Amino acid sequence: MKHGRWRFLLAALVPALVLHVVFVLSPYAQAFYLSMTDWTGVAGEAHFVGTDNFARLGGDTLFLDAVRNNAVMLLVVPAATIAIALFLASMLNGRRPVRGSSAYQIVYFFPQMLSLVIIGVLWAFVYSPNTGLLNSGLRAVGLSGLAQSWLGEPSWALIAVMAVVVWSSVGFYVVLFSAAIDAIPRELFEAATLDGAGRWATFRGVTLPLVRESVQVAFVYLGILALDGFVLVQVMTVGPGGPDGATEVVGLSLYRTAFTYGKFGYATAMGVALFFASLTLAVFALRWGRRNQVEMA
Amino acid sequence: MTAPLLAACVTTSDDGGKPADTGGAKSAENPLGVKPEASLEVVVFKGGYGDEYAIKAENKYKEKYPQATIDHKGLQKVGEAMQPRFVAGNPPDVVDNTGAGRLDIATLVNAKQVTDLAELLDAPAFDQPGKKVRDTLLPGVVEDGTFGGSPVVLNFTYTAWGVWYSKSLFAERGWTYPTTWDDMLALSETIKKAGIAPWTYQGKYPEYINDPLLTMAAKAGGLDLVKAVDNLQPDAWKQPGLVQAAEAFAELAGKGYLMSGSEALSHTEAQAAWCQKKAAFIPCGSWLEAEQKDVTPAGFDMLMGTVPGGAGDKLPVTAVQAASSESYLVPAKAKNVAGGQEYLRILFSLASAKEFAQANNTLPAVAGATEGLTLTSGLGSVRDTVVAAGPNAFNYRFRTWYAPLAKAVDDATGELVNRRISPADWSTRIQKASDALAKDTTVVKYTR
Repeated sequence: MKHGRWRFLLAALVPALVLHVVFVLSPYAQAFYLSMTDWTGVAGEAHFVGTDNFARLGGDTLFLDAVRNNAVMLLVVPAATIAIALFLASMLNGRRPVRGSSAYQIVYFFPQMLSLVIIGVLWAFVYSPNTGLLNSGLRAVGLSGLAQSWLGEPSWALIAVMAVVVWSSVGFYVVLFSAAIDAIPRELFEAATLDGAGRWATFRGVTLPLVRESVQVAFVYLGILALDGFVLVQVMTVGPGGPDGATEVVGLSLYRTAFTYGKFGYATAMGVALFFASLTLAVFALRWGRRNQVEMA
Repeated sequence: MTAPLLAACVTTSDDGGKPADTGGAKSAENPLGVKPEASLEVVVFKGGYGDEYAIKAENKYKEKYPQATIDHKGLQKVGEAMQPRFVAGNPPDVVDNTGAGRLDIATLVNAKQVTDLAELLDAPAFDQPGKKVRDTLLPGVVEDGTFGGSPVVLNFTYTAWGVWYSKSLFAERGWTYPTTWDDMLALSETIKKAGIAPWTYQGKYPEYINDPLLTMAAKAGGLDLVKAVDNLQPDAWKQPGLVQAAEAFAELAGKGYLMSGSEALSHTEAQAAWCQKKAAFIPCGSWLEAEQKDVTPAGFDMLMGTVPGGAGDKLPVTAVQAASSESYLVPAKAKNVAGGQEYLRILFSLASAKEFAQANNTLPAVAGATEGLTLTSGLGSVRDTVVAAGPNAFNYRFRTWYAPLAKAVDDATGELVNRRISPADWSTRIQKASDALAKDTTVVKYTR
């Protein structure tokens, strides 16, 4: 009986496992090898070059621009998204939800329904300097002095892109945090009210500590998102990746190196570097989380 | 380690293997020695021009060799589909390596994946008795497809770059298209006073404004300047011609002659603004008219002018930057190399090129293909420009040889026309990129 069950399980699992190893794990493993070759992507041969590709990354100014921009995004995007999402979620739930909160939740979730490419195209129109919604709006309210060539100015372009990343991801985290806040026992909020705590004190003392785990997960996900940014940059920005490298991201460097320059080996090295960056980020974020568990007595 | 095992995944094809001997008997009728029964596989980029013209040439091939079976594929993403086939060593017999995501041609050449087409170029032309194929092409077409001394690509369309304006707008305002840069600046002042922006450009892709700048530099310094740039010579980008051209465009920006906001406009937005007469001039290649046909107002009558020159230029003002594109090649490991070349001989015949010009409003790379056709305003001006330039059609090769340098130039020019760097910085920056590339041993170098 038991014997038969194992056989059934194996028969069911093995084909899927084999497929996974061949089509998912083996390309990963190959990538590590390819990152140490000079493969061009079209030749039937690749020469082993050791760590040359990785040494080259350090002197590649455009790649370093990309690393800098991804680092900025890593600092700004998760923090901004989580702050806004927490604020909105705690307004919509908890002790005194605002009226019509479920309608708000649905509206906030809208950007999740659109593909990122479409979001990029739409926002490119919003940012368009002469006819775009943003500048037209500013001019309409008499603030034409604030109108910028958003994506054409090196000092504004990355900010403009990050704003879109935040805008497109906030809705999802509002829903996530709302669920977490809903799970907090109501007595705790009532106790806080009896103790005379206001909205802010309640948030600090009750809500935030009890949704910490969701926030951590959000940090990991948003961190990985901030290390990407390829789609929006490719669709929206000048160049793309410009002006003059102002919005270059590692994913874009990798794509260009492989498909425009025909240096697959070098591009794979960028990919491997990105892989380690993401891995490090995830490990750190989750470790930092484990040390700060809240005990619910 | 697993490295040797994994290496086998990428290096599936045995490079020692020679393509099957495809040659048949050669004759006057069959100069390339096609085996009549050998099958032929053609892969074509199906973009703005469709692939009807390629199918017509296939039908002619079939008429000539009724025993051959022809497999035709019209694709949007040629590179994506062909890459694994090149790697595996079973490519088709003809590839039109064009469109977004096409394979980098220099990379293909260095990987020895393409056939030398010299034999085809020296074969008799398909429908012009007494001429070789190479004699039927417009100037520069053979060179455009030559890498390291061997012609490996044959481009089917011919693109000229210039500065575009509306004939009706200029007639109505009494403006004439300027031939010197001083006249261009004076006219721009007049246009600006008339409440129209003198210039706009496709700022999202700075290469568009690069073209007139580099054309101007080539006119000033002649072909020697162009060759120095392409050959990655030290101080190539510090040549007076290039510095002056950079200064000219910095001045254009400095005097406020570029429509504000242009720096962030996509090509569609900038070209639409120009079609709405918000700006008088726009730089573009000869595809502009076809691209704008749905948004151009009636009676707009666009014309392409040559980039204005200056006193003491080495090339006449009629000189034009022109290059061929829509890149046909015969893979080295194709099963029917002779058939692939024969197909190109048919495709590049005068009759086939004429049909293409008629259908697509585009200049083909075959000389005389537009003779006797009624041409639209824009295409007519492109043809006249190319005819007037005669032997003075020139082309920079660095864009196809060294994609990373092209990117460095585009970025620097974008900064220059937005007045964030000076012309001197522009030269210095690009020279640095050029020098770095010259020193880079992993990049295969070409000279002209």
